Amino acid sequence: MIVGEQKPLDEIWGMIKDHKKVLIFGCNTCVAVCQQGGNKEAEVMASMLRMRATQEGNGIEIIDSGIERQCEHEFFEKTEPMIQGVDAVLSTACGIGVQFMAEKYEIPIYPGLNTTFLGAVEQAGVFTEKCQACGQCILGETGGICPIARCAKRVLNGPCGGSTQGKCEINKDIECAWQLIVDRLKLLNRMERYEELTPIKDWSTDRAGGPRKLVREDLVENE
Amino acid sequence: MSDNNLKTPSKLEKILKAGHFAVTSECGPPRGSDLEAVAKKAELIKDHVDAINITDNQTSVCRMSSLAACIRLKTMGLEPVLQMVTRDRNRIALQSDILGAAAWDIHNILCLSGDHQSFGDSAAGQNVHDLDSMQLLQTVRRMRDESKFLGGDEIKRPPRMFAGAAANPFADPFEIRVNRLAKKVAAGAEFIQTQCIYNLDKFEEWMKGVVDRGLHEKTYIMAGLTPMKSAGMARYMKNRVPGMDVPDEVVKRLADTPKDKQAEEGIKICIESIQRLKEVEGVRGFHVMAIEWEEMVPEIVEKSGLHPRPEV
Ligand code: SF4
Repeated sequence: MIVGEQKPLDEIWGMIKDHKKVLIFGCNTCVAVCQQGGNKEAEVMASMLRMRATQEGNGIEIIDSGIERQCEHEFFEKTEPMIQGVDAVLSTACGIGVQFMAEKYEIPIYPGLNTTFLGAVEQAGVFTEKCQACGQCILGETGGICPIARCAKRVLNGPCGGSTQGKCEINKDIECAWQLIVDRLKLLNRMERYEELTPIKDWSTDRAGGPRKLVREDLVENE
Repeated sequence: MSDNNLKTPSKLEKILKAGHFAVTSECGPPRGSDLEAVAKKAELIKDHVDAINITDNQTSVCRMSSLAACIRLKTMGLEPVLQMVTRDRNRIALQSDILGAAAWDIHNILCLSGDHQSFGDSAAGQNVHDLDSMQLLQTVRRMRDESKFLGGDEIKRPPRMFAGAAANPFADPFEIRVNRLAKKVAAGAEFIQTQCIYNLDKFEEWMKGVVDRGLHEKTYIMAGLTPMKSAGMARYMKNRVPGMDVPDEVVKRLADTPKDKQAEEGIKICIESIQRLKEVEGVRGFHVMAIEWEEMVPEIVEKSGLHPRPEV
C-alpha cells in the first residue's frame, strides 16, 4: 500500500489560510491504514485547523469529509456538491489522489500529506518500504527481497563493503538488504544463485523511462 | 599466473605479470581547484610506488574530479589509477569519462560503488547507481575487449585499461566474501585492492578461501594498509567506519604507547603487517593508503623491503 505522513500543521496552514472556505478531504484506503490521511484523520486535522483559525482571528470556514478512494472517479459522486461549494481542498490522500482531484476540479487542491513510500505494515504503527515499482520485477532472483527498494545503493550484486552485522552502512537501524537476500537464499537452498551476476538493468520501465501508463484494451469502455 | 600476455600498456599490469610485488598508494584530490596540491602529494611518493590511485569524491565529500587529478599525474610522467564510483554518474557519464581518461592514456581503473552520500557534504543529493561496481567492471571490459559501448555501437580507439576492483574481506556476511570476490573476477576484475587490513588472522582466513578456489590465479590481490596515526584514530576506525575490522590488540598496542610515540608505533604495525602478508599465498602487492600522511609512504615501503621499485 501507499504510505504517507501528515505535513506539519504550519505548512498546511500556510497553504490554505488565504481561502474563504476549505474542505479537508480524507481518503479512506491506503493512507487510512497508516492513520495519516483517512476520513477520521481529515476530521481531526479540520478541527486543529479551526482552532488555528480562531487563534489567528482568521474567518476561514473549514469543513471536512472523505471518500473511499481519491484515485477513482466513481467514488466522488456523493461528495460532488460539497466540493463544488468550497474554494479550495486540502486532500489527505497520497499524491495520486491530490493530482486526480486537481484534474477534476478547477480549484486549488493542496496536499495534506507527504507521500512517503510503497510499504507494508511491519507491526502496528511500523511501516516499511518494500517496492519502488521499477517495472521489471527481479524478486524471483533475489530470494524475494528487493535490493532496489531496500538497499541504500540499490546494488544489484551486493552486499557492498559497508554491510556490518546485518545492518546497512548508512544506519544501524536499517537492515542490509543483501544480508537478508543471502540469509533467504540459504534458507531456500539456493545459494548457488548468489554467484550469478545480475545483469545491467534496463531502467526504461522505471521512473527513468518517463511517466508510465497501463492500458487494458479489454477493459476500456469505448464511448 | 602464467599468462604473460599484456592486455594493456599499464605499468601496474606489467609489474604484476612480471611477478614482482606491486606497490600502489593513493591521493585524495583537493577541495578546490589547485592542481599543484595533487602534484605535491604525488611528488612525495612517486619514487616508492608503481601507480597512484586518485580517489573519486571519497566519503561523499565533494572534491576536484579524479579524472582531472589523474591527468595531472600523467603530465608528471606518473601512472594513475582512476577511481570511479557508480554513485554519481549514470552509464552515459561513466562511459564518457572512461573515454576521457583513455584519451589521456590513463591505463588503470578501479571500479567502486562509492560510500553513501549521507556520509559527506551532500546528504540531500540524489544517488544514481545506474550500474553497480561489478557492472562497471563489465562495462570497462566490454569497452576495452570488444570495442563496444554498452549500447552496442563501436568505439573508435577503445580504452586500454587494466581493470580493478576493491574487496572488503571484513564486511558481513563473512561467509560470502570469497564468493563475492569470485563474482568480481567473473565480472572482469584483473586486480583487487583490499580494504585496510588490521585483522591479519581474518584476512589470512579469507585468503585461504580465495586460494582454495584458485581465485588468486585469476586476479592479482593487493593487500590494503593504512598506518594509524594514534590510538584515537584506531578507535575511530574500529567504531565508526563501516566495514572496518580493527582488533582490540591493535587499539591496545597504540593506547599503551606514549602519545608522542603513537604515530611511530602505527608505522611499525604497518610495516610488520606487510612483512607478514608478503608470506601469504596469493598476495601479489600492497596498496598503502596513508590518508593525509603521504610523506610516510617512502619509509613504509623502504622498511618493508619493497624498495627500490622494479623498472619495467
Ligand atoms: S550495507 Fe547493504 S543495504 Fe546498505 S548499501 Fe551496502 S549492500 Fe546496500
